[in-house]
Amino acid sequence: MRVPVSWLLQHVDLPPDGVPSADAVGEALIRVGLEVEDVAPIPATTGPLVVGRVRSIEELTEYKKPIRYCRVDVGPEHGDTGGDAEGEGAGTRGIVCGATNFVEGDLVVVALPGAVLPGDFAIAARTTYGHVSDGMICALDELGLGDDHSGILVLPPGTADPGDDATALLGLDDAVLDIAVTPDRGYCLSVRGLARELACALDAPYGDPALLGHDLPAADGDAWPVRLEPESACRRFVARRVTDLDPTAPSPWWMRRRLLLCGVRPISLAVDVTNYVMLELGQPMHAYDASAVRGDIVVRRAAADEKITTLDDVQRALDPDDVVITDESGPIGLAGVMGGGPTEVGAGTSDVLLEAGVWDPPSVARTARRHRLPSEAARRYEREVDPAVARAATDRAAWLLAHYGGATVASGVTDEGPFSDPVPTPAPVLMALDLPDRVAGRRYERGAVVRRLSQIGCGVEVAAADPGDGGAAGLRATPPTWRPDLTRPADLVEEVLRLEGYDGIPSELPAAHPGTGLTLGQRRRRQVSRALADAGYDEVLPSPFVAPSVFDALGLDADDPRRRALRLANPLDADRALMATTLLPGLLDAVVRNVSRGLRDLALYQVGQVVRPGAEEPGSTNQAPVLPVDSRPDDAAIAEVLAGLPDQPLRVGAVLAGAWDRAGWWGPGRAADWADAIEAARLVGRVYGADLEVAADRHAPWHPGRCAALRLPDGTLVGHAGELHPKVLETLGLPARTCAMELELDRLPLVEVRPSPAVSPFPPVLLDVALVLDADVPAASVATALRDGGGDLLEDVRLFDVYTGAQVGEGKRSLAFALRLRAPDRTLTLEEASARRDAAVATAAERHGARLR
Amino acid sequence: MSGTNDLYDPKQVAALDPETLDAARTEASAAFAGATTLEALTALKPAHLGDRSPVLTARREIGALPPQARSESGKRVNEVRQAIQAAYDERHAVLSAERDERVLAEEAVDVTLPGDRHARGSRHPLTQISERIADIFVGMGYEVAEGPEVESEWLNFDALNFLPDHPARTMQDTFHVEPPAARQVLRTHTSPVQIRTLLERDLPVWVVCPGRTFRTDELDATHTPVFHQVEGLAVDEGITMAHLKGTLDAFAQAMFGRESVTRLRPSFFPFTEPSAEVDVWFPEKRGGAGWVEWGGCGMVDPNVLRACGVDPDKYSGFAFGMGLERTLQFRNGLPDMRDMVEGDVRFTSAFAVEP
Repeated sequence: MRVPVSWLLQHVDLPPDGVPSADAVGEALIRVGLEVEDVAPIPATTGPLVVGRVRSIEELTEYKKPIRYCRVDVGPEHGDTGGDAEGEGAGTRGIVCGATNFVEGDLVVVALPGAVLPGDFAIAARTTYGHVSDGMICALDELGLGDDHSGILVLPPGTADPGDDATALLGLDDAVLDIAVTPDRGYCLSVRGLARELACALDAPYGDPALLGHDLPAADGDAWPVRLEPESACRRFVARRVTDLDPTAPSPWWMRRRLLLCGVRPISLAVDVTNYVMLELGQPMHAYDASAVRGDIVVRRAAADEKITTLDDVQRALDPDDVVITDESGPIGLAGVMGGGPTEVGAGTSDVLLEAGVWDPPSVARTARRHRLPSEAARRYEREVDPAVARAATDRAAWLLAHYGGATVASGVTDEGPFSDPVPTPAPVLMALDLPDRVAGRRYERGAVVRRLSQIGCGVEVAAADPGDGGAAGLRATPPTWRPDLTRPADLVEEVLRLEGYDGIPSELPAAHPGTGLTLGQRRRRQVSRALADAGYDEVLPSPFVAPSVFDALGLDADDPRRRALRLANPLDADRALMATTLLPGLLDAVVRNVSRGLRDLALYQVGQVVRPGAEEPGSTNQAPVLPVDSRPDDAAIAEVLAGLPDQPLRVGAVLAGAWDRAGWWGPGRAADWADAIEAARLVGRVYGADLEVAADRHAPWHPGRCAALRLPDGTLVGHAGELHPKVLETLGLPARTCAMELELDRLPLVEVRPSPAVSPFPPVLLDVALVLDADVPAASVATALRDGGGDLLEDVRLFDVYTGAQVGEGKRSLAFALRLRAPDRTLTLEEASARRDAAVATAAERHGARLR
Repeated sequence: MSGTNDLYDPKQVAALDPETLDAARTEASAAFAGATTLEALTALKPAHLGDRSPVLTARREIGALPPQARSESGKRVNEVRQAIQAAYDERHAVLSAERDERVLAEEAVDVTLPGDRHARGSRHPLTQISERIADIFVGMGYEVAEGPEVESEWLNFDALNFLPDHPARTMQDTFHVEPPAARQVLRTHTSPVQIRTLLERDLPVWVVCPGRTFRTDELDATHTPVFHQVEGLAVDEGITMAHLKGTLDAFAQAMFGRESVTRLRPSFFPFTEPSAEVDVWFPEKRGGAGWVEWGGCGMVDPNVLRACGVDPDKYSGFAFGMGLERTLQFRNGLPDMRDMVEGDVRFTSAFAVEP
């Protein structure tokens, strides 16, 4: 909310020498919890700025746009009878003006030569359009009062006399606060509430503008017949009628000025008054053209298929949950949100029905959201409006219309609803007197607690001892009607603490309950990240939002479970409404971006959750159970809520493109290949102490001949690695031979204690074997066969050469393995070692047809 | 060689003649000095120190001398032999040093040639700062708690005292998930982990919860729809707001140095009462040391404790939360939020692999 400092200070009783600067006001409000986003002084005007009366207007018609040459009476001391005064009386000046929104006799603001307007706009006499222009008639924006440049500022008649200093009249020595009001403090969306906070912050007496009395006819009967249906949940409906309003009467300057500084455009007296009262008291008001209202007013929920045309000229289909104000013709207002078009006050309205409603906050919130109408009224109702101020607001508005618009206030007052006069008193809150001490961790003076609660408007009674609270002294605070947020002792504690100042709370580091450090899973995840970074991968954190088309680009089958993605109801980008089911799209996106920026040698990784919704169960409504919030739900209910969430396994993904080893003065480089991707996956496995088994697989988006499945020894699939399908690379614009791996970390075993090995100190026997096999026998299977055949004495098997060619024949290849054999308890003899080697080869021969080369 | 002969005069044995021995020494010294390479020196060794060298020939004659003569002759021969050996060693040392110098000079390389055969990897600064913060709190005794990113509305809002249709809910620009009846959202904060923790763990609870969070802000230089938070929660007997302040101060000092301190400003969050914004005194602030908005905090609202089955009359707690992107932004002078998500390797590389 924007509000001029001067308006707030009007309601705080301060000694003349104790008036704080605008910045000090801002700081005081911050101290008590208001988010003051800006303190903007009205930009300074220097030099002569005076009130003028337009004496004569000469239209200069020879120009393309309207230009006027005016004689303006600026008072005897500022007048200039020389120049081309042409015998006009003393005290006038000739001024050229391009605006046309004024007539002879209007009061305007004139910047005389020597004045400097905001933006270093220096005014000097100059010849233009064939005349000497001896000053400038000002528009609002030129004076620093908002951004309206639709015409010059015309002051209401009688506001001042020609020659009067305009700086003081316009109130240019002021600053505007921009305050973001938190949702719990609806009362601060008004001068009334903000000034109260300021008074608390400055510890100064406060004058409540709602208590301002107005000389009005005593209430006698209804202003209008109004019936509230209980389903409307309307809390209060106050109405008052004024007649014989002069529809042409302008709003007084002071009101227009305040509206302008609050960012509200002045429109007409009737509209300005309702806006002004809302800003001042926080009570949204509506003004109906009473002559357009047909019959009784009924407040009810909308009927199905009902429609309303709102003030903004939009016809809206109503929802049965919407609360509407209706007359015999149907809905004439969307309660708490916006009035209707046909009953709007207009240029000819002289009979006005003023309404101050108090509506059910959730209901207004839903309606405003449903119709996308975040109006000023709705913003206040959502945050709750003081139900007690409706009558004062109505009277204030009626009085302003009478005083400035010549209207007659009718004696009838309608006041309906459960919160009508006398307004129910909020329930008192009992609090132990030392509760603020216990929450803050310091001692407050008892007087301070009572004083602060009184300051915010609570009625406070101190009870010597409350037997219900272990005999501790307590107090009973009755919150004011504008503080519906004060319902519990904790709420009162906050008031005491914030007004006494958070700075007064000591800083005391507590000893935390001893913990057991990071969990194994957390440690392993860090190790995965570190291992990949150490191996040369760069971590990226791409967005999880993906387009459905990405699954086609990845070449996934129509029934691939990865296509079953969670959909967002309100995505930022309608094309990317799905939550990623795999880390690959984000990683591949990052590759494309890097390549487009000229970075070609890439090794990227990400550790993160993906979302894997389960298959829709037939007949499932997907309806979440309703859980209580005032006590712990039972375990079954909690379990049901948790079970309703999609699986969100933790994964690691990596992609490789370009060179793995760089070319340099040492020689050629080496392109990243499928084996690097598989090695990255196995590296992750090793972090978990798992030796992942590699087997050929066919799995999109990988190249069908260069894709490995990685499994635990028990057969559990952990993920895939290899080179990506050329078609996928082409579709996604990725470099040729881009490789990738993705593993589900949640499937890797968490072993806290790894058993210690028995390390034999005896020397090994090293033997090599070269085996000739069919070329399609996987090397890993041969190694496994050797290991199985070699038994315990075979400590290590390592493939060191692969040969294909004429020497081994068509369709064959030779695999050379280095075997390391060792006994745990003795020096192994060559004979024993050779026997084990022969056994190993025999197993390979038996399983895979291997023969020694 | 003849047998022992007492009458045998060593002076008469040519090989043992002192002059002969002196001559051998002089000759050897001169020869060694004349050698200019190690190879040449080595080649001279047999002639002067070998079995057939004069000095070793002389030593063999000693055995034939009468016992009374052996001592003196042996002494003389040994002196000469040691002198020759010393001359050899000295020359050898000189030549070795010369050779080493030459060879090492020949082996000199251009050490400014690049050695980066393989690119270094790096970890994202958000991961690093998240781990760093977790470590600070683990060091104090906290444990690290986590939760899923797609979260139930009950956990993300209801149990955290966000009333339905209250503006506090819409304040958090939430991503909702289809279908609406499932009441699931992308978590708007890490606070649902507070609820999970209180539901799952025994009291007292001291946890820190880092994680990825989501709000419907368009990506620009200062906003990102996907961001990260870290949240702290302590629920124990006798927890006060002074404890909250002390914890935040300790946290700030661990992150920003000993001079750092925090300041609380009253604010509103549905799940804390009282609530506060946290400003931190940041000595390296651009334009001079000053306060920087850092996060939110407060005392856990009794309604939250009740929803988790914790007795608010017995237990109290504090909670605080910070945005990691924001922390990085002011701590590391990060100019543009988009760098965090775009995955440009130049960005991540700059942060290496700490901690």
